[in-house]
Amino acid sequence: MALIEIRDLKIHYPIRSGFWNRVTDHVLAVDGVNFDIEEGETYGLIGESGSGKSTIGKAIVGLEPVTSGHIFYKGEDITKASNRKRLKYNKDVQMIFQDSLSSLNPRKRIEDIIAEPIRNFSNLTPTEERKRVQELLDIVGMPSDAMYKYPHEFSGGQRQRIGVARAVATNPKLIIADEPVSALDLSVQAQVLNFMKRIQQEYNISYLFISHDLGVVKHMCKEMSIMHRGRFVEIGSKADIYNDPRHIYTKRLLSAIPDVKPADREANREHRKAIEAEFRDEENRYYDQNGRVYDLQQISQSHWAALPELKKDGEA
Amino acid sequence: MEKPEDLLLDIQHLHTAFRVGDDFYDAVDDVNLTLRKDEILAIVGESGSGKSTLATSIIGLHNPLNTKVTGDILYNNLNLVGLNEPIYNRIRGNDIGMIFQDPLAALNPLMRIGDQIAETLVYHTKMTKEQRDARVLELLAQVGIPNPQRTFRQYPHELSGGMRQRIVIAIAIACKPPIIIADEPTTALDVTIQAQILDLLRDIQKETHSGIILITHDLGVVAETADRVAVMYAGQMVELGTAQDVFAHPTHPYTRSLLRSMPQADADDDELHVIQGVVPSLKNMQMTGCRFAERIPWVPETAHEATPTMHEVGPDHFVQCTCYKTFHFQDEDATQSEG
Amino acid sequence: MWKTILRRFLVMIPQLILLSVLVFVLAKMMPGDPFTGMITPQTDPKQLDALRAAAGLNDPWWTQYFRWVGNLFQGDLGNSYAYRRPVTGLIGDRAVNTFWLALFTLVISYAISIPLGVIAGRFEDSNRDKAIQVYTFILLAVPSFVFLLFSLLIFGYILDWFPTSGYVSLNVDAGTPAYWLSRFQHILLPGLTAGLLSTSGTIQYLRAGVIDNTNEDFVRTARSKGVPERVVFSKHILRNSLLPIAAFMGNSITGLLGGSIYVETIFSYQGMGQLFISSIGTRDYSVITALTLLFGFLTLLGNLLSDIIMSIVDPRIRVE
Repeated sequence: MALIEIRDLKIHYPIRSGFWNRVTDHVLAVDGVNFDIEEGETYGLIGESGSGKSTIGKAIVGLEPVTSGHIFYKGEDITKASNRKRLKYNKDVQMIFQDSLSSLNPRKRIEDIIAEPIRNFSNLTPTEERKRVQELLDIVGMPSDAMYKYPHEFSGGQRQRIGVARAVATNPKLIIADEPVSALDLSVQAQVLNFMKRIQQEYNISYLFISHDLGVVKHMCKEMSIMHRGRFVEIGSKADIYNDPRHIYTKRLLSAIPDVKPADREANREHRKAIEAEFRDEENRYYDQNGRVYDLQQISQSHWAALPELKKDGEA
Repeated sequence: MEKPEDLLLDIQHLHTAFRVGDDFYDAVDDVNLTLRKDEILAIVGESGSGKSTLATSIIGLHNPLNTKVTGDILYNNLNLVGLNEPIYNRIRGNDIGMIFQDPLAALNPLMRIGDQIAETLVYHTKMTKEQRDARVLELLAQVGIPNPQRTFRQYPHELSGGMRQRIVIAIAIACKPPIIIADEPTTALDVTIQAQILDLLRDIQKETHSGIILITHDLGVVAETADRVAVMYAGQMVELGTAQDVFAHPTHPYTRSLLRSMPQADADDDELHVIQGVVPSLKNMQMTGCRFAERIPWVPETAHEATPTMHEVGPDHFVQCTCYKTFHFQDEDATQSEG
Repeated sequence: MWKTILRRFLVMIPQLILLSVLVFVLAKMMPGDPFTGMITPQTDPKQLDALRAAAGLNDPWWTQYFRWVGNLFQGDLGNSYAYRRPVTGLIGDRAVNTFWLALFTLVISYAISIPLGVIAGRFEDSNRDKAIQVYTFILLAVPSFVFLLFSLLIFGYILDWFPTSGYVSLNVDAGTPAYWLSRFQHILLPGLTAGLLSTSGTIQYLRAGVIDNTNEDFVRTARSKGVPERVVFSKHILRNSLLPIAAFMGNSITGLLGGSIYVETIFSYQGMGQLFISSIGTRDYSVITALTLLFGFLTLLGNLLSDIIMSIVDPRIRVE
């Protein structure tokens, strides 16, 4: 059994319009997605802005009301508040945000920021608590005198590591990481990603890694899904997605990643142009008349894609 | 080695200093750089490297109260440093077009798209209103706006991020400037849109034979678009060369470290390379010696120059300081350092 | 757009009903009634009771309320006990006086605050800015009635430049040019003083707006186009900074229409604010309820007006 099982999750927002301001339509932010996060693994959720990827993350931590569907944690549906409480779900699932400056209270010292989740979920004496904060800072490679400082006194990478320390403070089983490194410089990004991996191995944490950066997801995740218009267009292992993409949207995303080999530039550009042309011509075939992504079809043991009909040759 | 008629900009000993408290600190420290006709020159670096400051120095948009620019920026025998405002205003928009990072913030929310593009033409051409409108529609079509007539009358908030960036580009190229500065033009955009915008920039460059300065932190963007690359670290240029050379034979320890810390597309999911320490802040910058030395403490002090200079390591390929000669990563054998 | 405005008007109906009940009940709860003031040792309590009964004051409050609302819809707000005339006509006269004073105050207020706000914002931290800041802080710190009293004392009594009370001289005939001149003279001093007093908010708003907008990216874009600084300021910075001022204008207008209690009382100017205070003094509650209801309506109208102005000047909030 997976740690988290998402079943037919839907999150719809009402659109009000007309004279009486009645609900006339819905934004289908998330429209029927299924996936599992295994214990100690990193699951990648890839999508562009507005795809609904962040909404899924927020729904899992309970920051977003679920319209329908289920989120099972250790087999129990935590969309019900009573189950959340009994399972100590809020202690077990934490979140790391993209913008480390605005997600840390500027008027609180680092000690209080990291200790906050500890105070919420366990009764430690002040001395024990301080020891724990020191331990956590040590885990993310920060000096212990950092605890007396305020968020603005740190660089972006250091703040993001403080965010990681806060997230692991309660010994969580799952951390939702929503674009954790996209605001960071390359050299700092490497640091934070390394820490996230190290902590995962040491404490057997699962990650839901939400990102638009296919390079970073490839580095972090074994399993992943590509999201577009609130639905999954493709699910698969790293090899499935990067070496054998089936959906036109996945191909389009992959072809848009810049490559660091200037020599291949023209070839990449040609390839990208070809994919873009294919996307323009074939878009209608890959989405139904309402622009909705089709249901997923199994291609192999680990690989699923939202193709219009099962194609044996696999080449579009 | 460059033909004088190809030379667009000649930047010599440029210093741009910001006031912090009562003192001035160099955010750009002694940069020498040329921009040629028909090329995309990428300036790449992390935050605090001075790359954006360099761009704003060229177009002269710093607040004169807390910024000091010294050195020479030569354009057509004219030194842009210290140029008086009325003459500078004739150059901005007309000879140098600028593209900014955040396309929503870069457009006035209360002005129609058409008026914002036409504004450039008002101050640099003698066109009539009708001629300007015609030129704006032409520009909108050129930057790939599907329905120019309609977009002409729209406001920025009615467009998507990618469309807005096309508008910003249309503003920059309205007067067909020989020089275009693009400051992180795709950072705020999705990857698929980024690819489109970069292709558009390339197409425009080919069409107009302009020289484009592309400021970015994204090595992938550089590799995909640039002809030449200047790598900046802590206010100084540490490596300059063709994109081919810099990516295939990175030479300065900083360039090599940076490329190594990228999540590689074909590498396994090992630990990523981490550069020790942090980028020094403006106030904590060491003023003498190799600025990257403290990030590679295992390299002996004797490997560095006391006053680092640029060394030619190949045709059109320059590297700062002598430390590149003996540099090796800690996990590498010193003898096989050449990557 | 029109649909939205209509909808907003419809939403105002329940708000006004609630307000009217509240106003009516609170007025009833005030100690005493209009006849309390007539009591002398010679008054016969029975006669007083008869008067009360005749006025319907002994009926249960809801009966009185519905009678009041019913009359309200016929334009009959009852009679003022103090002035012995219909409330509608009384408020109508006062509203005209208040309107002219309000208009003049508004003109003066914007004529002073907009240039000062622009100067303070454009030359941030200069001596001019500092002087303007000191001026606004003094205005905010000193109670407004102190200013009003001093201006009345100095310019009205000591220097004798302006009339000190009323809204028109008694010795001019209505309708003649002399009459209008006299009316103008009477709003000069209260209008100037009140206008001056209401500048600090606008100055601060505008100053902050100018400073914020100067650092906006689109201003940098305008400069990068080679637009002269003078035009950058007027077309990009100033226009965008006036947005919140324009938005607040709806509330300012209706606020002033309610009449300023301080200004009108101190200058003995027969407007709605003064009427309000005096009718509280005389427990003239048909006037009090009518005015409170009117003020409530004006506030709601002001909010709506602000939203409409905003949707006209800002394309981002244009509705439908």
